[in-house]
Amino acid sequence: MSFITGVGLTSYGKHEGSSSLDLMSKAAETAIADAGLKRSEVDGILCGYSTVSPHIMLATVFAEHFGIQPSYAHAVQVGGATGLAMTMLAHHLVDAGVARHVLVVGGENRLTGQSRDASIQALAQVGHPDYEVSLGPTIPAYYGLVASRYMHEYGVTQEDLAEFAVLMRSHAMTHPGAQFHEPITVADVMASKPVAMPLKLLDCCPVSDGGAAFVVSREPTSATGIRVRGCAQAHTHQHVTAAPALSELGAEIAIAKAKAASGVAISDVRYAAVYDSFTITLAMLLEDLGLAGRGEAAARVRAGHFGRDGAMPLNTHGGLLSYGHCGVGGAMAHLVETHLQMTGRAGPRQVRDASIALLHGDGGVLSSHVSMFLERVR
Amino acid sequence: MSDKSADWTKGAEAIVYQSCPACGNVQYFRRNFCAACGAPDPAQKQASGIATVYATSLVCRAATPETRAHVPYNIVLVDTVEGFRMMAHGDNDLAIGDAVIASYRPFAGKLIPYFEKTK
Repeated sequence: MSFITGVGLTSYGKHEGSSSLDLMSKAAETAIADAGLKRSEVDGILCGYSTVSPHIMLATVFAEHFGIQPSYAHAVQVGGATGLAMTMLAHHLVDAGVARHVLVVGGENRLTGQSRDASIQALAQVGHPDYEVSLGPTIPAYYGLVASRYMHEYGVTQEDLAEFAVLMRSHAMTHPGAQFHEPITVADVMASKPVAMPLKLLDCCPVSDGGAAFVVSREPTSATGIRVRGCAQAHTHQHVTAAPALSELGAEIAIAKAKAASGVAISDVRYAAVYDSFTITLAMLLEDLGLAGRGEAAARVRAGHFGRDGAMPLNTHGGLLSYGHCGVGGAMAHLVETHLQMTGRAGPRQVRDASIALLHGDGGVLSSHVSMFLERVR
Repeated sequence: MSDKSADWTKGAEAIVYQSCPACGNVQYFRRNFCAACGAPDPAQKQASGIATVYATSLVCRAATPETRAHVPYNIVLVDTVEGFRMMAHGDNDLAIGDAVIASYRPFAGKLIPYFEKTK
């Protein structure tokens, strides 16, 4: 068994003067304190990557900087799925007895540490160097391609996609750490600058500075245990050119395996934390995971289903779209918020019941998927 | 005879794919083995350039000075009659399902495949 025993999250947006290591340290310190542990009790470290400060051994660079000498440490790279992939690995590590308390950490000064163009260019390199990158695509273009096809096959409209941006913004407005607090409407999304059609500026997550961390332990360290009930991955391709049909993408494979591994059904889930790099990502994943019928996710948003007081509260911190996206830490914020909800510490954002949560991460262009169920046990 | 593997990624006006003599699998990204069955030395073949549009995205915000000079440009995925999918550029008004044919155009200092509706 494994438990998420502590979480830490910085605000997202501009952290002028903070390095990636600074942001990782800040989040890590919060998470370790939240778990009620001392630094010296952390014996495992998993960290993500930083596009601003790439390093072949980031975990040990961080460990030295932070002042820990772990018995197990390395970095993990699965794009946007990195946070949940690290959590899955930490779960297995503590379950196998390799480590007792694994610190999972990600953070990057992606907004102030480099230009937006540099970020966009660095991320576009997930494309094939010979057959894709020379055509001048961007990450929004890769997802724009997927969006055009999804809209074509399932009758989804640009207005439908806009609903997800509006929902995430409405959630972010209630979180002081979010990058954006100004309300937006569907009309605002529709009128925002075209980026890679059908995706417009407000369909896309921002570039942010920020850090997130959590501790995964063999036993709970406080009265409320948040247990990793089960998780699974699926990797069907890297490049969008090589992606399978929409009906054969990895989210459906990962969630089926996670359900089998945990014995949890979608009808048991009370809170959802789903990767939302673009509005299309969130729409597709909700439907792939079975949280909405095919082509019906936007209607569920309009009906309040995914709101804080709805039947399936979703990304109540505002998600990547409005809390912000600092790389690996971006989707880790989803887990931090889930933990706060499950432990009844989400303050004005608190939902009625978050006893069982479903988390899902996506890396690349719907290439790599991690599905995970968390359960409150005490 | 010219190099059978010379295609647009190497500056030639051609789209080249590979076909496995052992299992018949068709692949676009060049390798010296078949990704489906692992057999070595797939045959290099030149594609006709005839295809159907699978997906499109009109890029309006580019990330480099070289590509920014071209905006907006339409990135497309097309399914070729030979059975593989590829990324290319195309006319800005292409729609999913359109029958298209390849030509070649300069883009950001390279020659790239460009698809237009079949006349």
